[in-house]
Amino acid sequence: MRGGLSKTLALVGAAGLLAVSACGNSNSGGSGGNSSASKDVTVFTWWADGGEKAGLDGLVSVFSTACKDYKFVNSAVAGGAGSNAKQVLANDLQAGKPPSTFQAHAGAELKDYINAGQVDDVSQLYKDYGLDKAFPQNLIDNLTVGGKIYSIPANVHRANVVWANPTVLKKANLDATKAPASVDAWIADLTKLKAAGVAAPLALSKGFAQEMLVEAVLLADLGPDKFKGLWDGKTPWAGGDVTAALNKYKTLLTFTNSDREAIDWPDALGYVNSGKAGYTLMGDWVAAQQLADKIPDTAYTYWPAPGTSEAFQFLSDSFTLPTNGVDPDGAKCWLKTVGSAEGQKAFNTKKGSIPARSDANPADYPKYQQTAMADWKKDQIVPSCAHGAACTLGQNNDILSALSQFSGSPDVAKLQTALGAAMKTS
Amino acid sequence: MHGRIRTWGPGALVLLPTVLLLGYFVYGLIAWSFNTSLTDRHTARKGPASYVGFENYGHLFGEDRFLNSLKNLGVLTVAFIVGTLIFGLLWALLLEKGVPGESIFRSIYLFPMAISMIASGVVWGWLLNPSQGADARGLNRLFEILHLHFLENPWWTAGSRWTTMASIALPAVWQLSGYIMALFLAGFRGIPPELREAARVDGASEFKLYRHVLFPQLSPIALSALIILGHMSLKLFDLIYAITGPNQFRTEVPAIYMWNTLLRSDMAKSAAIAIVLLAVVAVLVIPYIAYTVRQENEE
Repeated sequence: MRGGLSKTLALVGAAGLLAVSACGNSNSGGSGGNSSASKDVTVFTWWADGGEKAGLDGLVSVFSTACKDYKFVNSAVAGGAGSNAKQVLANDLQAGKPPSTFQAHAGAELKDYINAGQVDDVSQLYKDYGLDKAFPQNLIDNLTVGGKIYSIPANVHRANVVWANPTVLKKANLDATKAPASVDAWIADLTKLKAAGVAAPLALSKGFAQEMLVEAVLLADLGPDKFKGLWDGKTPWAGGDVTAALNKYKTLLTFTNSDREAIDWPDALGYVNSGKAGYTLMGDWVAAQQLADKIPDTAYTYWPAPGTSEAFQFLSDSFTLPTNGVDPDGAKCWLKTVGSAEGQKAFNTKKGSIPARSDANPADYPKYQQTAMADWKKDQIVPSCAHGAACTLGQNNDILSALSQFSGSPDVAKLQTALGAAMKTS
Repeated sequence: MHGRIRTWGPGALVLLPTVLLLGYFVYGLIAWSFNTSLTDRHTARKGPASYVGFENYGHLFGEDRFLNSLKNLGVLTVAFIVGTLIFGLLWALLLEKGVPGESIFRSIYLFPMAISMIASGVVWGWLLNPSQGADARGLNRLFEILHLHFLENPWWTAGSRWTTMASIALPAVWQLSGYIMALFLAGFRGIPPELREAARVDGASEFKLYRHVLFPQLSPIALSALIILGHMSLKLFDLIYAITGPNQFRTEVPAIYMWNTLLRSDMAKSAAIAIVLLAVVAVLVIPYIAYTVRQENEE
């Protein structure tokens, strides 16, 4: 009896432990791709639908011909503008189960992964694939951290673009074809629009859209060089020029819709398209959205944000080589596809962005992208914090929190302190 | 020896898997979180971290953002509990008095419970649109159509902490009042009819009947309701995330702040927030458990 009982006890105990370990393992199920026989390449992105998914599909079709030995495994996580995906990815990386390659914004946002020792240096691949010659030097400078490069960009987006409705602007006899010369001139135009009966002439949405507007005002007032300095610590956040710019931002807020905290950027764009607002500031993915919404390109116009015409505020989606990845050779083949002329064309014509390579043929691209590609060649390139090129996830998070506080109760001094403090954290 | 194993052996055997699983997944992980909160593990980098004692907690309580989130949570909890108890009790009273088609009303009131917080959060996010006047949408549009202009307001996007957090509590109240109603209704139905008859025979008015006979009998239920609502409110995350998004200073509560901190891989800080949250829940739950245990012992 006693022997029987202790056996039973052992059995139950073992079952309990088994249950524990089984639950532990199921954590990693999400990332998948641990079979070396079929040579799967798991690609982690937040491109789950719309133009983004179409772009990814384009890349995959190039990949499947160029890398016949490997099989693409989609491990996209939808929603939250990538924040859900980043949370899942952080778990997988923490558990030591990285995907073959994952999407990350090029620039400062990569620092989180670099500091955590989760991504490998890919500088050698740039030489192997000839990317050091194909990408513009100032992009490569923006990607280089401590002499090393950690990712390969698939595309470039421009952040500082204002989209305008010419019909609305006509109400106040404003010239829709060219941007106001400065933020002050823009404020004057907004005042005229308001006088002409447009209650909220500047459509604005929540979160990062407000961050982009602040950045555009800072960029206009401080100029590209001092603006870049804000993010690498060379320009003090406490300066009087920053105060002046933030005061202008505060004025701009008075021209915006009262539901700015409750809507997303496509809704704000909708206000412009429907004639409720004259302008909205948003990145150039708007071009793809307008195309998808079948808005004719005579119904809207666009120019660089007022006072920023010489600067191309960029953000870029890129792919990394995770440390201790399952099949680094497969991942490298993916990276090669991403950087190749063919891959960038397949991706960008569908996603609505422009290729990072400077040797692409503009004729392959729609109208908006052609102008953006021309600007990309001649303008000064500055990074954007709202999309991870200029700051880390943590800094961005603190800035977003400060801006939402400002949106409810505008206090310039408080905002300025909070922005400075945000950049001091990591 | 043999005999003693026979008495406690089978019981222990049945309990063992539970004890193991709970020990690992609940208490083990609480201990692990607490341990992490005492270290300087502020990145995702692995490897040894050094202990810094309660430094992370010190920083948290010196931080405007965290104190703001705690205050928000306090206001939210009060608004949520008071609102839900009032509506739950009111509905229970109405049904208890007897209405035709009671089961239909019961279903209607209970129905919101069946919807997940994240789904109702998305819908309430639209309903609580702050636009007013001609542009009004959502609830404000409804008030506009009904000419109840004085009810239109910017909801959570402007105004004091109380109006902000009460707007956030509104969907939660809508969602859980039915459940509280069910609890109270069961309580009313559980009171023997003889008590009412006796009170009526003694000449008690209807008000006195409720005040002195029925309500006192419901106090254990009220207490359970308070605990259930309280701990739900403290954990509230999905509803707020869906209505306002994750980076909204005005409505940030510790659970959202923890999510934000975890996103930036600040393990020690998010563990510290988690432990503070656990402590706040414990303040609410432990007296309740003590009370229940004492009651049971008395019986």
